[in-house]
Amino acid sequence: MYVDKDNSEAAHQPTSPIEFRLDAGSGVPTYLQLVHQVEHALRLGYLLPGDQLPKVRDVVAELAINPNTVLKAYKELETKGLTAGRPGQGTFIEGTLGQVTLPDLTDLRRSLVSWVASADAAGLDEDGIAALVANVLRDFRERRGSAEGRRHSAPRREAGGAA
Amino acid sequence: MNVIETHAVSKSYGSTRALRDCTVAIPDGHVVALVGPNGAGKSTLLNLVVGLVTPTKGELTVLGGRRAGSLPALDGIAFVAQDTPVYKNLSAADLLHMTRNLNRRFDQHYAKRRLGELGIPLRQKAGKMSGGQQAQLALTMALARRPRLLVLDEPMAMLDPLARHDFMATVMTAVADDEISVVLSSHVLAELERVADYLVLVSQGSVQVAGEVDDLLAHHRVLTGPARESDRYKWNVVHASRAASQAHLLVRWDGSADPTPPGWHEHPLTLEELSLAYLREPSAAALPGPARAPLDRTEHAK
Repeated sequence: MYVDKDNSEAAHQPTSPIEFRLDAGSGVPTYLQLVHQVEHALRLGYLLPGDQLPKVRDVVAELAINPNTVLKAYKELETKGLTAGRPGQGTFIEGTLGQVTLPDLTDLRRSLVSWVASADAAGLDEDGIAALVANVLRDFRERRGSAEGRRHSAPRREAGGAA
Repeated sequence: MNVIETHAVSKSYGSTRALRDCTVAIPDGHVVALVGPNGAGKSTLLNLVVGLVTPTKGELTVLGGRRAGSLPALDGIAFVAQDTPVYKNLSAADLLHMTRNLNRRFDQHYAKRRLGELGIPLRQKAGKMSGGQQAQLALTMALARRPRLLVLDEPMAMLDPLARHDFMATVMTAVADDEISVVLSSHVLAELERVADYLVLVSQGSVQVAGEVDDLLAHHRVLTGPARESDRYKWNVVHASRAASQAHLLVRWDGSADPTPPGWHEHPLTLEELSLAYLREPSAAALPGPARAPLDRTEHAK
């Protein structure tokens, strides 16, 4: 009665460079966890423009979650300008988040490590460090937000030609 | 289209009233969690939907107006009863053969492929299979009927966590592939959190909460603040727990701007918390359309 579009059983090699996992105890809604994982993978370079996200059916079969949850996550990513759906093929990465090159990232990481070491030497424990970072981030966001006007949205850049 | 629609349905077994004046409309395209304490009427409602019993009073239609139990209704519905029963002395192949001959529509190819993927040998007797395999076998036979509505009554009660995951993965894959609607009952709320996008909560024989999970969660909050102030605001409190100085209130938000007053914190809540709060307060209701049960607040101040 219903003809499956992708009935290619043989093609079972992974189509996406990433795989999702769920944190049951986090209290974060499932669709947001998927959104965050794609953003995270983009930031760390696991996903590049042109890469495909896992197929909805594969995510559903792997995690045993409602397909609507996956669709909701993919729609959210599309609204953010990070992905685009290609009819009959799937969802693909279009944009990038924070275009930081790998050497830059290494440098930033090194300076953060030395900062953490000095915080540790000053007697701040892990929770204290996390709280301080979250606090500074919030202040930074608020200051930048008021500078740029009321609403600050995520960088939405069309990154073509990189693939 | 509504996959299930009931109007003031009651069902009595002798002098026991299992359902009373149950009215609910469930739109299609959802995975519906039917939740409630033991004896609330979940199984009775499901048995009515699949036509195994008839209402004592009221009207019940399925799949967009088909009378429950009628041939067109039965053609579109597949049902897996509690504890996923299979005939223990028959092999998987015999069960498939029998099911095919008992149904007007049966996708033998799908059933065989599915059992192959699950690694269930066709010649093995059902009684010799693990609980998880028996459940998958029952589910496969139900799905091979190519239903538009799949009804599962406590499908996972007897399964270990891995078998539960695999069982649910099969159901969700069927939802992704064929866009079927699913109604499943359970009293284990946590296992429904990831799969259900529609909640129907039954208690004491009537429907207490019905709605899309996202809507329900968006319209409820937990507020934490000073106990002495907890009666000062016009909140629609579903459940309150108060200590000497601090109170936690689970409130229903009607969407109107209602900022949290100073001194109060609001937290979002999970489907499980929401369900538990309503189960603790059988007289509170969250139903679409005109509220039926008038909320009696006085008896909640326990």
